[in-house]
Amino acid sequence: MRAMKLPILENIEAGKHLTAPTGARRVKRFKVYRYDPDASKPPQLDSFDIDLTRCGPMVLDALIYIKNELDATLTFRRSCREGVCGSCAMNIDGSNTLACTKAIDDAEIDVSVYPLPHLPVIKDLVPDMTHFYAQYASIKPWLQADTPPPTRERLQTKEDRAQLDGLYECILCACCSTSCPSYWWSGDRYLGPAILLQAYRWIVDSRDENTGERLDALEDPYRLYRCHTIMNCTKACPKGLNPAKAIGEIKKLLLTRAL
Amino acid sequence: MSLKTPLGRARGLGSAKTGVSHWWWQRITAVALIPLSLWFAASIITMIGADYDAVVTWIRSPIVAAFLILLVVSLFYHALLGVQVVIEDYVHNEGLKVAVLVGIQFIISALVLVASIAILRIAVGGT
Repeated sequence: MRAMKLPILENIEAGKHLTAPTGARRVKRFKVYRYDPDASKPPQLDSFDIDLTRCGPMVLDALIYIKNELDATLTFRRSCREGVCGSCAMNIDGSNTLACTKAIDDAEIDVSVYPLPHLPVIKDLVPDMTHFYAQYASIKPWLQADTPPPTRERLQTKEDRAQLDGLYECILCACCSTSCPSYWWSGDRYLGPAILLQAYRWIVDSRDENTGERLDALEDPYRLYRCHTIMNCTKACPKGLNPAKAIGEIKKLLLTRAL
Repeated sequence: MSLKTPLGRARGLGSAKTGVSHWWWQRITAVALIPLSLWFAASIITMIGADYDAVVTWIRSPIVAAFLILLVVSLFYHALLGVQVVIEDYVHNEGLKVAVLVGIQFIISALVLVASIAILRIAVGGT
């Protein structure tokens, strides 16, 4: 792995350190990235020593414990706490994942918690997802058909429906896109793995009639072809999906219609 | 600072509607380079210790000369496509990017021509 200069990380100062109460039985240290845009000072890394017997099993449980019991100013997104909503995506122990499905026992001795990499930070663990969502809107993630709608459901064979397996499960948490070096360098124009997987989800949908227009919109050196099959996306996906394969399928379809 | 909407920014200038041929030729040249490189390496190894005349005679064969030119063209075209991707990845200043891309195209074109002419001169030129 190439050594990279990340000035944002290098400028982090050691923050406050809260020790566990006396009598704590299972102590684990959480090193949490803190950034307050209203305070004109660099980001800090706060350390919280937590008695694991007093909080739930997942990293999100520890963050909720910190917010409830130790420091109410800690800011993070969370909602479903069961890996369905994608809100609590963050970088834990150096890998992007969902805090709610990452077991504390699977983490390093000192658990490091940072926001998703390479997005503007709004506060603490909350990144600015505006551009990511705008890119999602740009691929028109809805069914498009010119045939007048049927009076009943739009029918699909079981085989056609199976094409969507491994795609429809994506929760748009952005773990994959923010783990992708190409998305780091060219995220302004490159759509990134999450959005491309979503684009493929509509391209292979047998009920959609705008496959060609969708492929037209993706055929671009930056939007699609910044993918160099690095595969960080597939490694990062907390839902076990394979965005790299979906991107490969888009490239195959573009070639199929050109040859 | 811009008051453009996020969707407007994401759409940008729209799709360039190109990229397939770059991707395809990068793979075609990669596949071509496997047998060509192996053949070239094997040929050079079998000629270790051979004298000047033997090597010139080898290059004078039309098939050998053709494959040598194919090797040169595939190699440099593959290099051009690869370097272009690296430049697009890492050079974010538009003016500098265009300048470097044009420069690398000039350099690669010159290298292909020089190497091909050198091969052809031995293959079809006088002694």
